[in-house]
Amino acid sequence: MELNVTINGEDREFFVDPGMLLLDFLRSEGYLGVKNGCSEGTCGSCTVLVDDKPLKSCIMFVGQVQNKKVLTIEGLGTPEKPHPLQDEFVEEGAVQCGFCIPGMILSANALLITNPDPTEEEIKEGLDGNLCRCTGYVKQIKAVKNAAKRMREEN
Amino acid sequence: MTETPFKGKVVKTSVRKKDSMALSQGMPLYVADLDIKPLIAKVLRSPHAHAKIISIDAGEAEALEGVHCVLTHKNTPRNFHTTAGQGFPEPSPYDSVVLDNKVRFVGDRVAAVAADTKEIALQALKLIKVEYEVLDAVFDPEKARDPDAPQIHDEEEAHMPIPVFYEKGSNHVSHTDFAFGDIDKELENSDYTFERRYDTQYAQHTPIEPHVCMAYFDDQDYNIDQESGPRVTVRTSTQVPFHARRITAQALGIKEKNIRVIKPRIGGAFGTKQEVLLEQLTTLLALRSKKPVLLEFTRKEEFISSRTRHPYTVWLRSGVMKDGKITAIELKVLSNTGAYGSHGLTVMSNAGSKSLPLYHMNAVGFIGDTVYTNLPVPGAYRGYGATQACYGMEVLISEMAEKIGMDPAEFRQINHIQEGEGSPVFKALGEGTEGVEQTIKSCKLDDCIEQGMAEIDWKNKRSKPGDDPVKKRGLGMAMLMQGSAIPKIDMASAYAKMNDDGSFNLQVGAADLGTGSDTVIAQIFAEVLDIKADDVIVYSSDTDLTPFDVGAYASSTTYLSGYAAKLTAEKIKKQILQVGAKMLETDIGELYLEDKKVCQHNGGSLTFSQVCKFALYAEDQFQIQATASHVSDESPPPFAAHFAEVEVDTETGLVKVIKYVAAVDCGTPINPKLAEGQTEGAVMNGISYALTEEYIFNDKGKMLNPSFNDYRIFSMADMPEMKTILVESYEPTGPFGAKSVSEISINGPMPAIANAIYDAVGVRLYKAPFTPERVLNALKENK
Ligand code: FES
Ligand code: FES
Repeated sequence: MELNVTINGEDREFFVDPGMLLLDFLRSEGYLGVKNGCSEGTCGSCTVLVDDKPLKSCIMFVGQVQNKKVLTIEGLGTPEKPHPLQDEFVEEGAVQCGFCIPGMILSANALLITNPDPTEEEIKEGLDGNLCRCTGYVKQIKAVKNAAKRMREEN
Repeated sequence: MTETPFKGKVVKTSVRKKDSMALSQGMPLYVADLDIKPLIAKVLRSPHAHAKIISIDAGEAEALEGVHCVLTHKNTPRNFHTTAGQGFPEPSPYDSVVLDNKVRFVGDRVAAVAADTKEIALQALKLIKVEYEVLDAVFDPEKARDPDAPQIHDEEEAHMPIPVFYEKGSNHVSHTDFAFGDIDKELENSDYTFERRYDTQYAQHTPIEPHVCMAYFDDQDYNIDQESGPRVTVRTSTQVPFHARRITAQALGIKEKNIRVIKPRIGGAFGTKQEVLLEQLTTLLALRSKKPVLLEFTRKEEFISSRTRHPYTVWLRSGVMKDGKITAIELKVLSNTGAYGSHGLTVMSNAGSKSLPLYHMNAVGFIGDTVYTNLPVPGAYRGYGATQACYGMEVLISEMAEKIGMDPAEFRQINHIQEGEGSPVFKALGEGTEGVEQTIKSCKLDDCIEQGMAEIDWKNKRSKPGDDPVKKRGLGMAMLMQGSAIPKIDMASAYAKMNDDGSFNLQVGAADLGTGSDTVIAQIFAEVLDIKADDVIVYSSDTDLTPFDVGAYASSTTYLSGYAAKLTAEKIKKQILQVGAKMLETDIGELYLEDKKVCQHNGGSLTFSQVCKFALYAEDQFQIQATASHVSDESPPPFAAHFAEVEVDTETGLVKVIKYVAAVDCGTPINPKLAEGQTEGAVMNGISYALTEEYIFNDKGKMLNPSFNDYRIFSMADMPEMKTILVESYEPTGPFGAKSVSEISINGPMPAIANAIYDAVGVRLYKAPFTPERVLNALKENK
């Protein structure tokens, strides 16, 4: 099928097998920040935002993003100008092996879009679908709080 | 004895972890992210727990379009080796080959395919015809040594490469014992004695990135003369690049020079990647197909056929006097090493060596046995056997305190090991063989206990279950130790050179698993030279380009690899001072380093860049460079006191951790935030292990819950309030006073939570994990 999709702000056109998994499609197109930790929708490392909602790309078909907006971690900031979430994750020491981090940051970003001032409970709920085995989550929660504050101040 | 805490400029600061910005940008730095289109490898796995392969026919699979190579036991080398990534000769039995004519657990490997796509590879697996003769299996470790038990390793070739116990013709993999003092007599003369049994379960590391390995041909690989045969680069998620190279070469019967192992960024490991599991197959598939090959475990494979924690049964006998004196403790361990003996001996020994030295007692004993069963294969897992033993030990310690009516914190305070003391256990138990005698030079357990008690509000909250008729609260604690590297065995090395702008390339064999060791090592190097961590470009874990290091295990990297980097920096410092002295026409004694400059006491100075350029381009030219290796004579334990506050729902049996406090003495925390992160991650994993994580098997030995849906690891919403307290000490044998921190804190939650449950509802749990069902049953029995 012909697929029209906006990836990281760029309108793109592809010819794809609609039954291909979104995860496989994105990785094959070079969006390698989308990670595969389970292929069964349980770890969250493949999370991308589809129309600002965090979804697990390993259990979605590429056809499901027809005419939608997809955001992967590659679209969120640059090393020179990182997104506040990225900067705060780094500053807080919330990134250990890093494998869960793209998905975690995208979920956090989705949360902050709808709720710029989340409580600790809301952060825990919003990021609950993203498993991390390295950190114990303490510094990640702190990083989201700090980033939210910064983003509120910048706005 | 006690030295004052170390004050550093770079050491003891939380500089940003070097790779963390790139990782949070999602940059393609992991094994599978390489810009190559590889063949996809898939593995055919055994449906039986124990069976002989009578025949195997891969003809149809090989004929399938898009299939490039099929491996079975018939076309692979039969070189016995261990998959345990340990130093040579490994203290683990050589009981594995690449692919065997026998399978020993459900999930054991039977064949492997490399094909153009995943779909073709999976289809090819279905076309492989295997005829099995199913054999009797044994799943119960207590029955594994019975005379009529099925023999799991009946092959001629299986053997132990070091001269220690390994009973051929039985499933008895290893045995160790020792006793100091007369345990029976001490128990006889004790005011109170105890005999208890504790059981721990199968559990898995679950790194979020499953095992993954890519073998391919790099430009460099063709720069080899024809006679040497083809050369392959193996990019793999390993903790042990150098052992991986050696063991892959051994398994395939080729030379180390034909293999280059690179560890890029990897997505967590926790011990399970201290195993050479995928490298043999991937390398051979690449060599045979002459194409790049990628082998990635699925989450299910990660559960059933990577590595797990060794399940233990622990029996403890102990005695105590009314005044709080411990008379004797005897620890007996039966460790289940599943179908292969990887780490079977050393994990079992560690049960004693990382728990018994914690306490003073008149007599101490250890009896350890490891057996094969037809179940998945345990290996190294953060805590390495101490975790399982610690559960029983620390629950028993609290029980002994209770019996004599003493606060369990005070009981620990009066009995724990102190600076300046040793333990006969250190010498008795080493890495499968004898250990190394040592005297504790840094131990801040008293401070750990005091600060932890204050943080959890021990005095006010303990033994106050509250007024709620259903939900009861309680506090529990545990005291812990681990080691820092394997003494007189593990070696680490580093190499560094200076660049024109005064920066440095630092090459280390050490393997950063996400722990931040590249950053920590850079900080140690930078501290010596009074530069910033930013001025150190670290390149690690590449067998072609970095010097040897045993790899990341046994809590060794900061302590050992960090020390090698420190020695390297000291040599470099000398060279810089020599060049500086020549340039300034003065004596070295007049000079010191500060802020990336060589300074003279009378005010003159040179930048590092000036010094380097002088050395490279001006006079008596040479490259300022150095290398150093390090082996430690001892393995100083980090210590910790952990405290848990729980709420037990007496109707549902659900245990909820409300607050968790970990007070850890890791010597000097080189990077405090990273040290906290190690602690928090370990605690979280430990809580999850204590409460939910468990393999469920059917009666045929098949794991029934190989998915995060049914094997629950803690997520963010499960998290209690968590507090880490770094209690500083100064370990004179470590770099700038550092000891290890990565493993110790996984050992605390299981006993601390068990003790807190007792404090809340008065029942002791002798079997983990503490699921609602077990807690309810215990409550019922207690009535
Ligand atoms: S890879 Fe999609 S949820 Fe794990
Ligand atoms: S940082 Fe490793 S899984 Fe989260």
